[in-house]
Amino acid sequence: MNNTISFPLEKRSKSRWQFLLGELKPKGKMFTWFNIISLPIMLLGLVLIVIRFWKGIGSITNLTQEVPWGLWIGFDVVTGVAFAGGAYVVTFMVYILNMQKYHSIVRVTVLNGFLAYVFYAGALLLDLGRPWNVINPIIGNGFGTSSVLFLVAWHFLLYMIAQLIEFSPAIAEWLGARRARRILSGMTLAAVIFGITLSTLHQSGLGALYLMAKEKIHPLWYSEFIPILFFVSSIFAGLSMVIFEGSITHKVFSDQISKKNHHAHSNILNGLSKICAGTMFAYFFLQLIVFVHGKRWEYLGTTMGNWYLIEMLGFVLLPMMLYFYSYRSNNVFLIKVASVVTMLGIIVNRLNVTVIGFRWDAATHYVPSWMEIVVTLAVIFTEIWIFRWVINRMPVLRESPSWAGEKH
Amino acid sequence: MSINRRNFFKVIGATGATFALGKDAKAKPTNEEVTEFKAILYDSTRCVGCQSCEFSCAEANNLPEPTDYPEVGKIRKTDETRRTVVNAYETSKGEVYVKRQCMHCNEPACAAACLTRAMHKTSGGPVIWREDKCMGCRYCMVSCPFDVPKFEYHSANPEITKCTMCAERQQNGQIPACVENCPAEALVFGTRRELIAEARKRIAENPELYYDHIYGETEAGGSSFLYLSPVPFEEIGFNTGLQKSSYPALTKGFLYSVPAVFVLWPMILLGIQDATKNNQKNADHTDEK
Repeated sequence: MNNTISFPLEKRSKSRWQFLLGELKPKGKMFTWFNIISLPIMLLGLVLIVIRFWKGIGSITNLTQEVPWGLWIGFDVVTGVAFAGGAYVVTFMVYILNMQKYHSIVRVTVLNGFLAYVFYAGALLLDLGRPWNVINPIIGNGFGTSSVLFLVAWHFLLYMIAQLIEFSPAIAEWLGARRARRILSGMTLAAVIFGITLSTLHQSGLGALYLMAKEKIHPLWYSEFIPILFFVSSIFAGLSMVIFEGSITHKVFSDQISKKNHHAHSNILNGLSKICAGTMFAYFFLQLIVFVHGKRWEYLGTTMGNWYLIEMLGFVLLPMMLYFYSYRSNNVFLIKVASVVTMLGIIVNRLNVTVIGFRWDAATHYVPSWMEIVVTLAVIFTEIWIFRWVINRMPVLRESPSWAGEKH
Repeated sequence: MSINRRNFFKVIGATGATFALGKDAKAKPTNEEVTEFKAILYDSTRCVGCQSCEFSCAEANNLPEPTDYPEVGKIRKTDETRRTVVNAYETSKGEVYVKRQCMHCNEPACAAACLTRAMHKTSGGPVIWREDKCMGCRYCMVSCPFDVPKFEYHSANPEITKCTMCAERQQNGQIPACVENCPAEALVFGTRRELIAEARKRIAENPELYYDHIYGETEAGGSSFLYLSPVPFEEIGFNTGLQKSSYPALTKGFLYSVPAVFVLWPMILLGIQDATKNNQKNADHTDEK
């Protein structure tokens, strides 16, 4: 506990640069299992990225003229952003609904969301054929306002800024900048409201991207309701990620978490599982309406039809009931199981729209190359490394320094 | 502030007048010359499959000459090195040749999809790609119902390639290379209106020869490439299931909801935030338990 307060005190004796240099050094053991597995993959990913910029996207991906968006968009961006949805949901609960119970998970969730956006937007750069033109829609070398992607691109940028503002008090506390912290905390509510509005639009916007691919997506997954389905599912996708990530961080960083927050955590998980069960019920019901509305029963019995049933029953209905049951019986283990099944379901759903169901009728199917998978893993591991670096330095899980006054 | 009956009518009248006048002013073209979409009519009953269009296209765009030829049972596709191909189909009325390339839609999905307006529908009809704007996201390829835009996957400086209806040649007063070099007169260049009339005339004058449909007149909201065929279009490899309305219309609903959400959401959120302020105090008490 003592060393947590010591950062800002130390700062006064040293210059800020010395402090930052000291903080850059790695902390903790170097040879953990996580490091041993992740480091080679990150290095290999780096090599592959160099090849990709040297020889073109086709040199390491299996993308075709018919399937121009593969794993990097379908998983990294579309699925990753759904998982990052926890940040807007939790800030909504804490700052808008004033559910103080969830206050202790705000910072870690926002940090997670922010890093997710930074890295998935980064992964997007890898997928761009001409990334040097990425600023064009920002600087106005073509405002493609009729494009859903234009909206999504702007929202990514603005939401990253909003999340950075939401998280910035923690950075100020780390640096011991008292005045800055006061100013930045004052901006939180505005950033939260802005961020929720942006999230509503771009979570659904990621689905709306595929609206024009009407004949290319299997009819079981295409409907004009994709945007609404994507938005609703991002709520429980994000919260399941919060549950999953929370149960890992509470183990790995247990030394940073105060006793009080440790005990409160199972109570938080319980509350989250209730919300997940509720939104999943709404989602399942929406899917059912879309199913009936689109007269989709004629597709049942085909391979894709069975796959659809597996997704709906095994990865939506089942985890929904798990959440409901574990909430009623206060079973923390089952909540975690439900969160994993839900997350798998979100991966399945997003990939069904973007990759598996996309051009399902094509002669040759797109299957990601091992190199695409390695790059994806490298991106995820790099994100976790940065996440760990921040957690070990800034007051994210641990309490704010005493001078910060009210709890964060 | 109160509004009595008389004032109410005054306001309504003024508003109505503004709308009426405003509309009037808008409808007056600033430029007297009205440009019509240029188009190409392709009559597959005349096509002999000589590939002159392919060769002239390659020459006009500095692309390699084709090395294979149309064969029944083999579907040749356009790709980053060839922007038009002729395929042969065995149909109920014998062998039929079909030239394929960009359809140059009236309301192209690719242009609506493009976030930098690199894909652009020119006022004259051609849909062109602009190198200085494109970021290579390939959303145009995802959106195009005809799978037309192609991407150079094996280049560090990749381009999106597709038929441009020889937009540059058109600017210099020339007609598209494929039309100019078609020896069988299967291709005709003109305004879209003229060519639809011409196609209708051909069908009316020779109803046994033609299948009674102009592909491209309504498909995907209409296109600048128009097709005539002796057989139903699904027999010669066309997707006849495409919607008749334009593809950008599919995202209109979503895009129109954006401003509404942007205005309403913050208001609603602020309202809820204000209404639940007292929860904060209550929660502090319950925390102690």
